[in-house]
Amino acid sequence: MLAGIAPMFGAAEFVRPAIDWHAAAPELTLLGFGALITMIDIGWLERARRIAAPLASLALLATLVPIITLALAGDDRSMFNGGFVVDDYSLIMKATFVLAGYVVVLMSTDYIAEGDYWENEYYGLLLSSILGMILMASARDLISIFVALELLSIPAYMLVTWRKRDLKSNEAGLKYYLMGVFASAVMLYGMSLLYGASGSTLLVDVNDAVSEPASPSAVVVLGIIFVVVGFAFKVSAFPFHTWAPDTYEGSPTPVTAFISVASKAAGFVALMNLLFVGFLGRDDVFEPLMWALAAASMTAGNLMALRQTNIVRLLAYSGVAQAGYMLAPLAVAGTVPPDKALTASVTYLVIYAAMNLGAFAVVIAVARKTRSAEISDYRGLFHYAPGLTVAMTIFLFSLAGIPPLGGWLAKFRVMEALIEADTASGLVLGIFVAVNSVIALYYYARIGFGMWAEDAPDGDLTPVNVPMSLGVALTLTAVITVAMGVIPGDVVGRFTEVSLLAGG
Amino acid sequence: MLLNQFLLLSAVLFCIGVYGVLARKNGVLVLMSIELILNAVNINLVAFGALTADVGGEVFALFTIAVAAAEVGIGLAIVLLIYRNRRSIDLSEIDLMKG
Repeated sequence: MLAGIAPMFGAAEFVRPAIDWHAAAPELTLLGFGALITMIDIGWLERARRIAAPLASLALLATLVPIITLALAGDDRSMFNGGFVVDDYSLIMKATFVLAGYVVVLMSTDYIAEGDYWENEYYGLLLSSILGMILMASARDLISIFVALELLSIPAYMLVTWRKRDLKSNEAGLKYYLMGVFASAVMLYGMSLLYGASGSTLLVDVNDAVSEPASPSAVVVLGIIFVVVGFAFKVSAFPFHTWAPDTYEGSPTPVTAFISVASKAAGFVALMNLLFVGFLGRDDVFEPLMWALAAASMTAGNLMALRQTNIVRLLAYSGVAQAGYMLAPLAVAGTVPPDKALTASVTYLVIYAAMNLGAFAVVIAVARKTRSAEISDYRGLFHYAPGLTVAMTIFLFSLAGIPPLGGWLAKFRVMEALIEADTASGLVLGIFVAVNSVIALYYYARIGFGMWAEDAPDGDLTPVNVPMSLGVALTLTAVITVAMGVIPGDVVGRFTEVSLLAGG
Repeated sequence: MLLNQFLLLSAVLFCIGVYGVLARKNGVLVLMSIELILNAVNINLVAFGALTADVGGEVFALFTIAVAAAEVGIGLAIVLLIYRNRRSIDLSEIDLMKG
């Protein structure tokens, strides 16, 4: 054993790998601001509370600057032998994470301040979780995918448990933590097998090794299955979704919005990095796996959502179904040109982020008056909060996929990829998507009908007081949701039609 | 190189860990079972790294150890919080919400 290690220490010269500071600028900016918030918290204690939220917003907007300059420069960059890559796919995902984080900060500002929670730590942890996500978008190496995953998950466990004295929040945190840690342990076991099969942690080398016919097949198949199952927990795909409804219900609502959008998107980004760079040569293994996960998630998620009486739990099950739609293009990733499947999933992720964050923003706004998340309390919303009703209708119908809203374009791209595959399994999955869209319309429309047509439960028509930051969050998400559907597809495509740089 | 023995040991540890996570009711014992799975991963990584004389495996194992320490720190904090609020860490009693 020692004979194997000795030559490594005997290496005479250590050459520092070249670092492209511009490519790493988004991560470094966010890291700097996150450290600043933590230092200010330590130094100023209670006096720092007033500036924590504005500073977090500033941090996220400042992070957007290098992302935009990198997008304008337009060239693909790669560092550390291809372990860290900046291409148009990673840039659009980074921008999505940062904007989603910005909307979450806007939604949190009054919620956290009025609940008298620990504000400075809250924003520090939120920023470090977002740092993990934008790192994930560039990670093309098993180690950096693992570290990015933990960097985004560990702060999220703490944020879910944020209301320390509340038993429901404790329970939500424990369930999220146990499921998350168990999933990442299983994923790591799969990664260790893949490392063994390829002898390298770079995804490009993993792909070379697993595609070879001579590669030890059982180890590779087991490795791929374990890794995919690990991320299926993260994106709450059926049957690994059991934590999601309880965690969503028990955690503070802005944190629910954060984990249901940003954390789920990060899981998808990791999955896409692995599938499109690491396992593309073994589509015979991952395609059936993705097919089963996608079909089961849509169907089970929608059927369970039908019975829910709490809107947060309903959005949790609808999130399971939406994860199924996003997984669907990955089930034909080896059949259609890879960029086609990638574009469909990325388009869905970007639009899903806008509409789901918006739906949660309405839930937060309504709960300020009703102090409840029961669907029956949304009856008659139009009579005292017409603006919120219009916004909620936009988000729900977009989630259902009604034209001309963004969700329609998202579903269209998924169907396009499935039909282009022109295989029996692809077409059957397309039928699954179509049937499930109809089932989903029922429960989304039921909420809409109650809001517009029925009377308020106790005749209480005092208007909902929406604070300014929450209003900005609502406007931003509503505008993006509508614009994604209304603007001609090829303009939207300029942002969402992406190709993936393998690295190297 | 006795690779098979290392892989067998790690597979056994992995299975014991998974069994512990699924069957144990005590919060701390579940955390320990998760540690077993992570140690199975480390054995795998170091064995494969030594086999191929690639330093990547050892480096990966070091990252796993460091991150696992952070993870368990958070886990113990959550279990402690639950113990403070309800004087019990029996996971089967934590069922305010039905998944």
